Amino acid sequence: MAFELVAASRAEDAKTTPWRHVIRTGLALGGVNLFMAVVGILLAFQSRPIIVDTLTLGYATLGLTLFAAGLLVARRGLFGHRDPTLVGGVVAGILAAALPALLAAVISLVDLRSVFVALNPPLLAMLTFGQQPALLGIACLLVLGAALGGAGALFPLLGDRIRRPLAGGLIAVGLAGMLQELIRPILANSRVTKPVHDLLYTWSGLTLRGAVIIFLAVALAVLLWDLNRRRIETAVGHLKPQTQRRIRWSYMGAAALLVALFPLFAGNFIGQVLLIVGLFTLMGMGLNIEVGLAGLLDLGFVAFYAVGAYTTALLMADSPYALAQLSFWQAMPIAVLVSLIVGVIFGIPVLKIRGDYLAVATLALGEIVRVIVLSDAAAPLLAGSSGILQIPRPEIGGLVLSTPVSLFYLTLAASLVAAYVAWRLGGSRLGRAWMAIRDDEDVAEALGINLIQVKLLAYGIGAAFAGLAGSIFAVMLGSIYPHSFQLIISINILALIIVGGLGSLPGVAVGAAVLIGLPEMLREFGEFRYLFYGLAIIAVMRLKPAGLWPSAAKLRELETDAEDVAVHQRAPVAERSS
Amino acid sequence: MAAESLGGRRSAWARRLRNLHRITYVDVVLLLLRLGVVAVVVGGTIGTLLKGTYTAAQWFDLFMFGLTIGGVYGLIALGYTMVYGILRLINFAHGDITMTGAFSAFFLARSFDNSGFLDAHPFLAMAGILLVSMTVCTITALIVERICYRPFRHVATLAPLICAIGASFVLQHTFRGMFGSSVRSYPDPDWMGGRIDLLGFSVPTVQPIVIGTALIAMLVLYVIVQKTRMGMAMRALSEDRDAAALMGIDANKVILFTFVLGACMAGIGGVLYCFVYKQIYFFTGFLPGIKAFSAAVLGGIGNIPGAMIGGVLLGVVESVGPALFLDGVGIPAPYQMRDLIAFTVLLMVLIFRPQGLFGEALTRKRA
Repeated sequence: MAFELVAASRAEDAKTTPWRHVIRTGLALGGVNLFMAVVGILLAFQSRPIIVDTLTLGYATLGLTLFAAGLLVARRGLFGHRDPTLVGGVVAGILAAALPALLAAVISLVDLRSVFVALNPPLLAMLTFGQQPALLGIACLLVLGAALGGAGALFPLLGDRIRRPLAGGLIAVGLAGMLQELIRPILANSRVTKPVHDLLYTWSGLTLRGAVIIFLAVALAVLLWDLNRRRIETAVGHLKPQTQRRIRWSYMGAAALLVALFPLFAGNFIGQVLLIVGLFTLMGMGLNIEVGLAGLLDLGFVAFYAVGAYTTALLMADSPYALAQLSFWQAMPIAVLVSLIVGVIFGIPVLKIRGDYLAVATLALGEIVRVIVLSDAAAPLLAGSSGILQIPRPEIGGLVLSTPVSLFYLTLAASLVAAYVAWRLGGSRLGRAWMAIRDDEDVAEALGINLIQVKLLAYGIGAAFAGLAGSIFAVMLGSIYPHSFQLIISINILALIIVGGLGSLPGVAVGAAVLIGLPEMLREFGEFRYLFYGLAIIAVMRLKPAGLWPSAAKLRELETDAEDVAVHQRAPVAERSS
Repeated sequence: MAAESLGGRRSAWARRLRNLHRITYVDVVLLLLRLGVVAVVVGGTIGTLLKGTYTAAQWFDLFMFGLTIGGVYGLIALGYTMVYGILRLINFAHGDITMTGAFSAFFLARSFDNSGFLDAHPFLAMAGILLVSMTVCTITALIVERICYRPFRHVATLAPLICAIGASFVLQHTFRGMFGSSVRSYPDPDWMGGRIDLLGFSVPTVQPIVIGTALIAMLVLYVIVQKTRMGMAMRALSEDRDAAALMGIDANKVILFTFVLGACMAGIGGVLYCFVYKQIYFFTGFLPGIKAFSAAVLGGIGNIPGAMIGGVLLGVVESVGPALFLDGVGIPAPYQMRDLIAFTVLLMVLIFRPQGLFGEALTRKRA
């Protein structure tokens, strides 16, 4: 191939001297800090304590970038010796701190708030550690940068014996502090664990004492595991394969049971978060059929969710718009069926559109649905922007599912059924036909796959999953508005299946937990969730295109792709040198 | 077989009739869709004209507004179409790139407005505002290209599109974080606020200004693409990448130049859009972005004059359409359906004529 541009950037990489790399790393991480400060992330993170009165998420993030500057310098191993590496780390750390320090200096001199809303006095106070002459605080920041950069540079030089327990302990403290809303209610609820709670946490978060205890405990555990690891592994290796498998299954069974029973102890806040995660998992599995298996990038997916929700609402609600007064168990199958039919109808006009165009066409279709639902023209039927209210809760034999926890179990049951269906479909003749049209439509057609049928089934079944989720969504809220069904939901779902891994079922749940669960739980993320979604999408596509939990088929594919790319990239370099 | 060849053209209909059994339900649905749209357009037009709710002045108002906003769509559409022509890639973040320029220029425009400079030296002030917008758009576009598109130049998957969706989110929410989530009102200088007489009708002054600026920008772009070496290289690259590379064209430079050119047009378009609607916030880029994309598709994506004409056409249809087509069918509050018309145009073109209005002529010329 004469047209090869990758080679240019490769050659650029090879030119870098160690010091240029140090400067680039430092400035890049300084840029990250600057970005976070200007956008307001740092200040938002400042309001969440990791350790009460000691460390906030804001400072932890800032410190982590400074540490990372040193770490990245050392990781390349460009210097070869310890002393220049240490100096390199210190320089990178100072540079990474220099850009936010410069920002602090600017804020202390000029008031920029009329343009940049985030550059306010609290940010200045944060960046200068509350020191009164701002210059003193700026000096502190630079010293901190040097110290953490140096620490980062030294970190890889420590032996595994020391490094792993240290890292494990720190990560554990970070998680225990950040997820305190998740952990505290569970510990506080039962009388047995209440003393543990009091030892580690106060009402506002993790205490310093708790942090030290957790750090020591986890570090010790990692150390012990490292010391005895080989012995345990050989002992397990000597067991019969059958026993090994049984051990593995029992682990997984216990984990599943724990996850399933967890919301019962965790209370309604966690129940609500898990419920939303469950709904998005359900929709994710539907979109996964369309995008992950059949390769049909659908940005109008939210329309099916809306169809499920509106059908349920119209069939159940105690409102003048209602068509009937069915129970949830009668309305839900109808909603799923209607969604399936709408999915097929939706699919017919866009059958011949491929690839990128399909994404835009489905986006347009989804928006058309939304505009129509919102308009006055459809208001007599669908209530327009005022929405449909008073949708009753589902009941099982007199038991009303009204709490988030009980609705979570409903979602869990629906997700399990859907996951089973998706799993069986994925391995079936139809599933393989989907993957065939994903990989090459023309070849698939030549092989006798009925494109129309197979594509419409992908739209229909994917839509049915979304309809099921929409149905539960309607009874969860008790009222629905067209504003709940924005384009952003489609993109949310797309983001979560990409982050989890296209075509992978466990990946959908992982993606939903990371992209939906985390921002729901950490309010500070909430404001910036879409920014993080965007960054996560780009990062995953660039660094880990198969996602966090890739499907087995995708992994195989990537391996062959990597070989192809390697062959391609080698050729032009040879040309260049000749 | 023999009968078919003897029959010649005359048998085309006969063949269609014979193949009637091959018509699938898909064809039927598509035919119904086509008929439905035609019925709404024709029926609506007749109904509206019979009813006579609107006066000639109102029609002219709608038409002029369509031309104005269409010019803006055309400017933004150029970015889509040029990038597609060379990279075969939809720059999904282009709408938000437009927003970044217009949002940054807003602050300059506001300070000009406050200091009275905007009223005292309209040309100088506008030039400054447009320059800021173009610069910011260019920087953003180059960053997006570097991070989202360059790594995927040789990968024929959905990856660049997905990355672009991510980039669009990052841009929107970075600007939300930096400049706040409130809707800001764009300055409205006196010389832009009045109405002037045009062909016996009075139109808001802002409209001829926007149309004129858009026309000049398009003309400049056309000259760059047709008359300069870089423009020739662009055209060569979009004809045949490998051959162009063999002729010694630095593809990387040309691709960057294309992004810069598209971003400059978007920078102008974004500011004009904001001067028409008088407001801006972080999500402003989405609608003009998707409509400009529709315009590019309508004109035949990859075709530069096509994008300009497509933009103007879409603007006019979108502006006149609700009153002309929908009012006559008896839909209440047809102005709510403006976006619906743009999306329907996009969908119809993608389904029935993916090569757009001028796509075919182009391919025939090349062959």
